[in-house]
Amino acid sequence: MTDRDHLPGNPSGNPFGTSITSADIGETMEFLEDWEERYQYIIDLGKSLPSMLEADRTDDSIVRGCQSQVWLNARKDGDRFWFQADSDAFIVKGLLGVILSAYNGQTASAVLAFDIDGYLAQLDLLRHLSSARSNGLRAMIDRIRSEAASQH
Amino acid sequence: MNAMATPLDVAALRGQFPILSTEVNGHPLVYLDSAATTQKPNVVIDAISDYYRFDNANVHRAAHMLADRATTAFEGARKKVARFIGSDDEKQLIWTRGTTEAINLVAYSWGNRLQPGDQILVSTLEHHSNIVPWQLVAERVGANVIPISVSDEGEIDLDAFRSQLNGPVRMVAVGHVSNALGTVNPVEDIVRLAHDAGAVVLLDGAQAMAHQTIDVHKLGCDFYAFSGHKMYGPTGIGALWGRTDLLVDMSPWQGGGEMIDQVSFGGTTYQQIPYRFEAGTPDIAGAVGLGAAVDYLNSLDRDEIAAHEDAVLSYAVERGEDFEGLTRYGCAHQVSGAFSFLMEGLPSADVGMLLDQQGVAVRTGHHCTQPLMNRLGISGTIRASFALYNTFEEVDRLFTALEKVRTMLS
Repeated sequence: MTDRDHLPGNPSGNPFGTSITSADIGETMEFLEDWEERYQYIIDLGKSLPSMLEADRTDDSIVRGCQSQVWLNARKDGDRFWFQADSDAFIVKGLLGVILSAYNGQTASAVLAFDIDGYLAQLDLLRHLSSARSNGLRAMIDRIRSEAASQH
Repeated sequence: MNAMATPLDVAALRGQFPILSTEVNGHPLVYLDSAATTQKPNVVIDAISDYYRFDNANVHRAAHMLADRATTAFEGARKKVARFIGSDDEKQLIWTRGTTEAINLVAYSWGNRLQPGDQILVSTLEHHSNIVPWQLVAERVGANVIPISVSDEGEIDLDAFRSQLNGPVRMVAVGHVSNALGTVNPVEDIVRLAHDAGAVVLLDGAQAMAHQTIDVHKLGCDFYAFSGHKMYGPTGIGALWGRTDLLVDMSPWQGGGEMIDQVSFGGTTYQQIPYRFEAGTPDIAGAVGLGAAVDYLNSLDRDEIAAHEDAVLSYAVERGEDFEGLTRYGCAHQVSGAFSFLMEGLPSADVGMLLDQQGVAVRTGHHCTQPLMNRLGISGTIRASFALYNTFEEVDRLFTALEKVRTMLS
């Protein structure tokens, strides 16, 4: 994490969308050849996502439809959305980081306009995920988009 | 102790299972999820395919050659499966979709006679399939479902069970072998104690059928439920075996074709057993496939198979003992088929995904045994489960893959 993450401008408490952007992740993933390097990178991204406080892991924050436990809270600061997220699995935390890098600190229109399918295709992630995992990832994305849509 | 000299030609056995030569994520498949479902030998796949190619028709009704052939194959399979579990009366064998449906049938149909306050004992080891059907009937009739406690090792507490039998217990429903931990329960003792107390006993045999020879009369139980797909047969077919005197007293649970004698708006009469409990067109191809699986198992030396499976499981347990950070769950006196464990500091979901990337198929999670997981104070385990086609080399592959998982996650 850099100092930037502690600025009042980033209330999410995680580096995604500010010091780790979707462009950074896209560029890094393009370099990584085999499954091991790619998974290692996702795992390391997951380690950059701080655990949520127990008190923040409410029933409302649980994302249904994931194989692992996933929590996600949205917060609006001015016209920008900031997301806190957590999971009990490192790889899932990494995937959350991948998504948050695209959505954190964005306006509702930017969240809704972002070409998430193009981004995921660029990362070539879905090929390596089981259908249950892909559905989980989709559930997380839907949750973020519906938060943005409801406050659009 | 790699590639120990077993008398069994496992390579030849593996050759009979076409899926075992698949590659997964660029690695030869190491299939360690047979407790979820076993793979199928060619003879089973061919039996299903041949049935549809040559014999397909609806059973019992039509007056033509194919219907006759289909009926002969279907009823022949019933007889084979009944004999396979030691029953000399195939009318005692009711086809179901699997263990779950078999237990639901008993809970619904036999459960009709339960009175408010009656008790149903189920062990804490049980699969949800042997808990929830009883909760449903208990709610309907005002009975109570009471758990039998298990020890830290994953064994049923027989002393506690004995004292629980002093209550108004009408049904004792326990698994023969635990799906989550592999515990082999002392079912003959359980049956004897339950019968002495006047209770009826249902055994969930889902995890036992593939690994040991079953004789329902020797076990002494009143009902035995099992699934075809966990014993090298197809999915969608299973059976309930029941004592004749109990079955003939049970009311139908699903209405429709096959199960009726005469239908009129004035009143309908029902078929004899087993047809009374088989409403609708049955899974004929599935029954034929399960018959082929039974033929397959009968063609093997089952003692030799059991010895091989036990040796592979013991080898996994032994390697696990030396593996840093690995804690095994379920250390019962007698175990069969499953090796359940956790890795310190490594989330099971991650371990499962990273094993899969290396071609190793295991199951992670609560294994549909949440009360057991609560009892053990964990949310789930990583389970490697074994069948006749697994080898010592595959156990080595599991542990090599686990080493890599640990490096990646640490």
